[in-house]
Amino acid sequence: MPAAGPAADTSPLPIVDLRGVRKRFANGLEALAGVDLTVKRGEFLSLLGPSGCGKSTLLRIVAGLVPPTGGTCQLSMGGQSGRRVASGGIGFVFQDPTLMPWSTVTNNVLLPFRIGGRLGSRERDRAAAAIRAVGLAGFERAYPRELSGGMRMRVSIARGLVTDPELLLLDEPFAALDEITRHALNDDLLRLWEERRPTILFVTHSVFESVYLSTRIAVMTARPGRVSADLAVDLPQQRNRATRSTPEYVAMCDRVSAALGQAIAAP
Amino acid sequence: MNRLAVRVIGPLVVGVLFVALWALIVWFFAMKPYVLPTPIEVAESLWTDGPSLLGSLWFTLGVTLLALAAAVLIGGLIAILFSLSRLIEISFFPYVVILQVTPLIAIAPLLIIWVHVASKALGSDDHPMIALLVCAWIVAFFPIVANTTAGLNSADRNLVALFRLYGATRWQTLWLLRMPTALPYFLTGVRISGGLALIGAVAAEFVAGTGGAETGLAYRILEAQYRLLTARLFAALILLSLTGVIIYLALDQLSRLILRRWHESADTGEEE
Repeated sequence: MPAAGPAADTSPLPIVDLRGVRKRFANGLEALAGVDLTVKRGEFLSLLGPSGCGKSTLLRIVAGLVPPTGGTCQLSMGGQSGRRVASGGIGFVFQDPTLMPWSTVTNNVLLPFRIGGRLGSRERDRAAAAIRAVGLAGFERAYPRELSGGMRMRVSIARGLVTDPELLLLDEPFAALDEITRHALNDDLLRLWEERRPTILFVTHSVFESVYLSTRIAVMTARPGRVSADLAVDLPQQRNRATRSTPEYVAMCDRVSAALGQAIAAP
Repeated sequence: MNRLAVRVIGPLVVGVLFVALWALIVWFFAMKPYVLPTPIEVAESLWTDGPSLLGSLWFTLGVTLLALAAAVLIGGLIAILFSLSRLIEISFFPYVVILQVTPLIAIAPLLIIWVHVASKALGSDDHPMIALLVCAWIVAFFPIVANTTAGLNSADRNLVALFRLYGATRWQTLWLLRMPTALPYFLTGVRISGGLALIGAVAAEFVAGTGGAETGLAYRILEAQYRLLTARLFAALILLSLTGVIIYLALDQLSRLILRRWHESADTGEEE
């Protein structure tokens, strides 16, 4: 495993600082109505909200893929701050695995390096390590269509992690998976987060998933979305299967559910 | 009975029934051989005229394959050009369509005059084959342009976003993402074009009516018609269809080979 680089950055600025971010699409649809949110370095923040509340749009704004129509999105990474950051600083995992079907697992994971124009033995080692880290050792030469849905998602996560990004953005990555696979991937994601300590911004519409994974949850209202509640998850850092049946977990889920209920009811 | 046996026996039975019906009709209506020869007369003609017909087939096949190669090359390049600039695509696509929908038979005489004049102006001998090539190419290149353009434009939107996130250049996106995405579309275009190139070559030959040393199969068909050698006409026709089938099968196999590992269309259903 390569050294955990991301945590070394001790900049006092929050890694993501969103101020009054608005988004109105060309068709007039108002997706976001003034989102204020700061993401602290090293935290696991879930964006929780009903479908179509603009969570994914917000994630794309943070990634610099979509420009906001109002407000500011400041990133502070790798000693730089501003709108954009060096490539490889951000990893993105989509709801679909979004793999290249013509490439092997290894070549899919190597994509960020290939685009960056560096593809030496060091990069290959890092890709191999990332593939091992998501439990796919032995499948390096397989093509996506030869893998199950859960395995494809693991490849996607390996690709997101391979550059050791400071910030990992995940857009409902497990929504399409069955419950058993989803729980297994939840645990894997937590383990990877503990090992590599990237800052994680995780979009989900599952209360249970957000409580299980996060250190903090930002609840969003229905469209046009804004952050209506900001809850710290005070559960022990170490989480496992047993966590899901502790009274603390259940109580936290109740609180978050209530906040989500209010967010949906709010005008 | 396994599936392969059905696949072979089924069509075979239909074929045998068809030939038997054909023989029966000739016998029952006492058809003249120049109207409808018996299957045996056609087989005889295939045997006796075969060698000389094969020579003509070789010529037609040459035109077809060269036209297909040109269609792949130029069609592919046009598609890439279209995908690079929306403005170019919008401006030129209607004319590509016009070229495609105008019946080749109607353009061929013009092309033959022009190629003749051009080769004279360049001081070279008349090359009837070039006119045939241009005709066959016009018919063959459209499916490749249309399919490949569609393929180049249908890259996964999230992958496009990912490429942007990692700072990919235009060329990287084209080379690493759009072109692989377009490959199955392109190969479908090539399969269609293979058949069309043969049709184009034959149609052009009918119009050009090339005589002399270089004569293709289409001209032999015309010749057989004039001389009422209907059995030979049938023999030439059979060779032509066989050629078309072989071209299709070869391109289909090539496409399967290329897409074997990753594309659903190449799935033979034999695994698992």
